[in-house]
Amino acid sequence: MAVSLREYRARIQSTESTKKITRAMELIAASRVIKAQQRARAAAPYARELTRAVSAVATFSNVDHPLTTEPESPKRAAILVVTSDRGLAGAYASSVLKEAERLVEKLKGEGKQVDLYLTGRKGEAYYRFRQRAVAQSWTGFSDQPTYDVAADIGATLIAAFTGDDEAAAGPDAPQGVDEVHVVYTRFRSMLSQEPTAIRLLPLEVVEGTEAPSVDELLPLYEFEPSPADVLDSLLPRYVQSRIFFALLQAAASELASRQKAMKSATDNAEELIKKFTRIANQARQAGITQEISEIVGGVNALADATAGSE
Amino acid sequence: MAVLQVELVAADRLVWSGEATMVVARTTEGDVGILPGHAPLLSLLVEGVIDVTTTEGETWVAAVDAGFISVAGDRVSVLSERAEMSHEIDLEKARHDLERLRAAGENDDAAEAAVRHAEARIRAAEKAS
Repeated sequence: MAVSLREYRARIQSTESTKKITRAMELIAASRVIKAQQRARAAAPYARELTRAVSAVATFSNVDHPLTTEPESPKRAAILVVTSDRGLAGAYASSVLKEAERLVEKLKGEGKQVDLYLTGRKGEAYYRFRQRAVAQSWTGFSDQPTYDVAADIGATLIAAFTGDDEAAAGPDAPQGVDEVHVVYTRFRSMLSQEPTAIRLLPLEVVEGTEAPSVDELLPLYEFEPSPADVLDSLLPRYVQSRIFFALLQAAASELASRQKAMKSATDNAEELIKKFTRIANQARQAGITQEISEIVGGVNALADATAGSE
Repeated sequence: MAVLQVELVAADRLVWSGEATMVVARTTEGDVGILPGHAPLLSLLVEGVIDVTTTEGETWVAAVDAGFISVAGDRVSVLSERAEMSHEIDLEKARHDLERLRAAGENDDAAEAAVRHAEARIRAAEKAS
């Protein structure tokens, strides 16, 4: 009995230390998620102004731009999957990957070839394990993305879209991709984050939440040097800003789901400790009871023996 | 008197917003000065310095990366991926950066843009002090 008591005590201790770790991670995630939300809010004015400007150009000039033109028969699609660098965030990475898989299946069903672009080590590991080709991946920033990273990703995707990487892609890729999708986790609240897939390119400029309100009349702008040049410089920025937005949302979601996962881990540890403490106490009492009955039995036996010899 | 509502926005934050009487920015076509009542304008910026004269008569200076300026009905927004107010710039460090960039001596567009941005930061910091 004494041995199992020691075992239970050791288990309680190890659960205690696990609990300390998960509690610490929960607190860290909680403080970081607030910062991530602040960053997402701080980036909003830029996105808003950019959207306003882009829709102004789109409204007042009939300039066709490669980034907004729908290809006639799309054959290749690129998907940017935004995952996390680290695990311990519940179903965060797997649910975004599941959403990505769904999109891949859908696009393949439409007869399109799919190129994968990834951010985050979790996504990389997922596809490496399955030995699936990945066009490019970026890692090491998933919980605090910077604009430079978004700009880099944006430039890569735009290059793939406009076919500037033809030389690099080789003969099996005669033209660039025809559409670009982004799969990321939208941060709705601390409690709910949902994996979302959006089509990034070709651009549809005016989009629900960020569009300027309808009653706001757009003034008749003068464009310098020319509408085409302005659009040329605006659209890539617009794409980058949307990617940045997706990265920021994903970061906030990752931290929120990590906080949630760590909270339930801490709760579970507490449960376990309670359970083990009970079992350990039982074992201790059983041990004592047994010892007493052994002593009593021994005394009785001795008493019987002396009584018998007299 | 009419005033301009100015917003200076970087990709990751709102750098400055407030009222001003004049904004001077450098576009691809040359310097442009904006006073209240300016016609709606959407123009591309080059790496350079933005001067903002506030309603109190103070002058703010900011260094910006390539971006654009939009003017509409006395609302001026300056958007740039990177934007810094002059007091946020460490002059010593900016000089150091410029020297390093020049020493690197690369000749592609990105390197030249980086040099221009570094120069703009130094100009902004010097102008303010």
